[in-house]
Amino acid sequence: MNRFAELLDRLAYEPGRNNKLRLITAYFRDTPDPDRGYALAALTGALSFKHAKPGLIRDLIMDRTDPVLFGLSYDYVGDLSETVALMWPKGADGHRESLLGHPSPQPSPARGEGAQLSAALSLRVSSKATATALSVPSPLAGPEASEARSRGQGEGYHTGGTNNGLRLLNNPPPPTLSEVVVTLRTLGKTELPAQLARWLDELDETGRWALLKLVTGAMRIGISARLAKTAAAALGDKDPHEIELIWPGLAPPYLELFAWLEGRGDKPVNRDPAPFRPVMLAHAIEDTDFASLDPADFIAEWKWDGIRVQAVGGRDERGHMQARLYSRTGEDITNSFPDLLPSLHLPGAIDGELLVLRDGRVQTFNVLQQRLNRKVVSPKLTKDFPIHLRAYDLLGDDENDLRELPFVERRAHLEVFVRKLNDPRIDLSPTIAFDSWQALIAARADPASAGAGEDADAVEGVMLKRRDAPYLPGRPRGQWWKWKRDPHIIDAVLMYAQRGHGKRSSYYSDYTFGVWTSGEDGEQLVPVGKAYFGFTDEELLQIDRFVRRNTTEKFGPVRHVVHEPDQGLVLEVAFEGLARSPRHKSGVAMRFPRINRLRWGKPPREADRLETLERMLKDVTAN
Amino acid sequence: MRPHDILLPVAAGLCCKPGGFHIDPVRPVERAVITHGHSDHARPGHGAVLATQETLDMMRLRYGDNFAATTQAIRYGEEVRLGDVKIKFHPAGHVLGSAQIAVSCKDLCIVASGDYKDAIDPTCTPFEVVPCDVFITEATFGLPVFRHGDAADEVKKLLASVALFPERAHLVGAYSLGKAQRVIALLREQGYDAPVYLHGAMEGITRYYESRGIALGELRLVKGMKKADLAGTITLAPPTATSDIWTRRFPDPVTAFASGWMRVRARARQRGVELPLVISDHADWDGLTATIAATGAGEVWVTHGQEDALVHWCKARGLAARPLDLVGYGDEEENEVVAADEAET
Repeated sequence: MNRFAELLDRLAYEPGRNNKLRLITAYFRDTPDPDRGYALAALTGALSFKHAKPGLIRDLIMDRTDPVLFGLSYDYVGDLSETVALMWPKGADGHRESLLGHPSPQPSPARGEGAQLSAALSLRVSSKATATALSVPSPLAGPEASEARSRGQGEGYHTGGTNNGLRLLNNPPPPTLSEVVVTLRTLGKTELPAQLARWLDELDETGRWALLKLVTGAMRIGISARLAKTAAAALGDKDPHEIELIWPGLAPPYLELFAWLEGRGDKPVNRDPAPFRPVMLAHAIEDTDFASLDPADFIAEWKWDGIRVQAVGGRDERGHMQARLYSRTGEDITNSFPDLLPSLHLPGAIDGELLVLRDGRVQTFNVLQQRLNRKVVSPKLTKDFPIHLRAYDLLGDDENDLRELPFVERRAHLEVFVRKLNDPRIDLSPTIAFDSWQALIAARADPASAGAGEDADAVEGVMLKRRDAPYLPGRPRGQWWKWKRDPHIIDAVLMYAQRGHGKRSSYYSDYTFGVWTSGEDGEQLVPVGKAYFGFTDEELLQIDRFVRRNTTEKFGPVRHVVHEPDQGLVLEVAFEGLARSPRHKSGVAMRFPRINRLRWGKPPREADRLETLERMLKDVTAN
Repeated sequence: MRPHDILLPVAAGLCCKPGGFHIDPVRPVERAVITHGHSDHARPGHGAVLATQETLDMMRLRYGDNFAATTQAIRYGEEVRLGDVKIKFHPAGHVLGSAQIAVSCKDLCIVASGDYKDAIDPTCTPFEVVPCDVFITEATFGLPVFRHGDAADEVKKLLASVALFPERAHLVGAYSLGKAQRVIALLREQGYDAPVYLHGAMEGITRYYESRGIALGELRLVKGMKKADLAGTITLAPPTATSDIWTRRFPDPVTAFASGWMRVRARARQRGVELPLVISDHADWDGLTATIAATGAGEVWVTHGQEDALVHWCKARGLAARPLDLVGYGDEEENEVVAADEAET
């Protein structure tokens, strides 16, 4: 458990994807079965046991510490698991906060407090203290100093409160991750508090933190299931897609998987009746690409602003239908959309877009967002945000793999399949009629009149797919193209800058920008968004230099950058959409904002106004 | 005689009227008694300064030869009489030369501990418990969430990271006075014998440590090094430098920070630290409470840090306790300012 805790601890701070991968791969390499398998399960969200409620954790700590000290500590740390992990009393006699738990540094011989313990401790630290004295000569000259030093050694000073010596004598070794997982699976609810307390006694601070994160089901360390699987694949130099393919057939602690990755066993066979298939992705099209493309070779569809999913149905050994929903990276998101499952009642694999439909109208991504990352899917949620699948490809039909067929043929199979499903929650992604690029340009500029009708708001561009393209995993060149609508553009003024993370930690690379509005004190800038990409490396250097030279105030990591009508930097900001937001002072929130261009010559007074954004908002809601 | 007739907090610091001096004054005074060389405790411009030789040397290093009108060095265990009081210096284990100051008047003894730690530190004389009637304790880490563990384990964590990322540079933020030298000594204890690189701002004080007989192995300045040659190396730098332009000379640096604050994740993340190392030169909660108990003091004055929690702890044990509202101390590593010319080297 402590080794796994160390990994989580390090991952929680590491911003770089490749470095995260290396940390996880190194852990898999060094950690034996079955611990590493349970770690993989924890990182991929595949562990299932009843989670402990925060209230239970709070009760445990309240029984063991002074409530005032707990309150002050919790206020300071701000995270329950972390507070408890840090202040959990040490040793088996954790209920008492006594000098026995943390021996006194150098009890005065005159007063004799804790003398007995001090003797025991001196045994433990003496060898270390001697080594110290050998490697680093006494810093002080003179007989008095050396006397002080030898006195220090003789009586033994402790090492910052650890009591490993005592722990070795009295306590069992800390639990392994496997012990924790296996025990939690079978433990009754009433036994949980006592078991947790025992583990907390046995683990170190990081171990306790990781345990509490694990049992409360709140890991939040920025690791996706995909990343964890990629790290496992790296152990055997395999393509992560191969793991995705067999993943649904595997279960913790994944002994077969690791045996295969280490070349000790055969590749596990996926017996899952509804497996994931690696998805095909599109390239963004550039203006120059059109010259070499023939419109007759392509089918065009609307690019819907939803979530790409793969909806798979299949029959298990007993002939029962199993349905699963996967994200484009292969994460199983079935449990988030139980309302769609009954609709997947025929064996087959649909590639499509998940949308929210109300009265037959596609809602914007902002509405769909209410359905994402929900732990509990309530009947109210499924009623208020009815889920829908818009199908655009068919990868398998019953037992048949269709992926080798050209797109036009797959499309024909898809049309039949959707008709057979005959379900209001699943429909066909319509194609856009066009005979020239000019016609498609017109359709993209005005989807409402080109067939998208009232759903035009949920269209974020068009997709171009070669008629003869087989379904290929990854992002093959020249097969599928995406052609997004032009983004919204405004000119905003840089107001605050914050340092980035990782490689960018020495650069001011996160920018808060604002637009003008009339306030109580006349014209003022109000922040409307934050962007941290879109610029080139060279532009980053320029902005960084500007920020450093034009800082008016510093608040911790944030710099207040000059933003007066005649002084400041205007940023052209591009964004995909706008929504009302009571959480922002300006009342609006941008979707996907990025820095499009630096407008060095433009005085800030000429930047856009909040009214411009509010008008865009009205246009959207009025449609 | 009551304790506050001997020592009283005033705007300039802790004032000892019967002795005619201030302890660690934050404003220029006629006569200053100084616990240790950190800039929030040791300031220039006093008339006479009484401190350990190391503290005086560090002040001279930082402020120049004229940092005080007159100076007097005192050794650990040595007693001097000032006015109506006797004062005696005892090791505080915080940094090289750091001292607790015992002030006695008649049969009453007050110990001003300055900053202290009870953990092992190969670069300074170990902390000593001084029995007293009133104990003045710092409270930098005065919350039970602060438990600092074994510094050797933290250094092992650093070395494991260097082994895992041999093509990256490891940049360790550490306060220039004390922490940096302790981290280097700890690295040497772990058998790390490659050169350790230094930010220019640390050279002077580190060479001073060496001159006092503390072996730190081969040290090199970062200045003039080629980027590629810094791969796989460890560099010590003032905390503020680890997130500044200066870091661009390193290949894909891993930013570490050696501080007791690293115990709390939010603090580490706020600073953009990737490898927090919990290494503190202050006593942790267990150290503070154990020390208070061991001094046998019936009254405790708590200063700079989390006073509330420690005062509460004392009162719950029947000790008279109160916060001392002294301003101008603490958090030295958060605020260490690197002069512009040093930052560019």
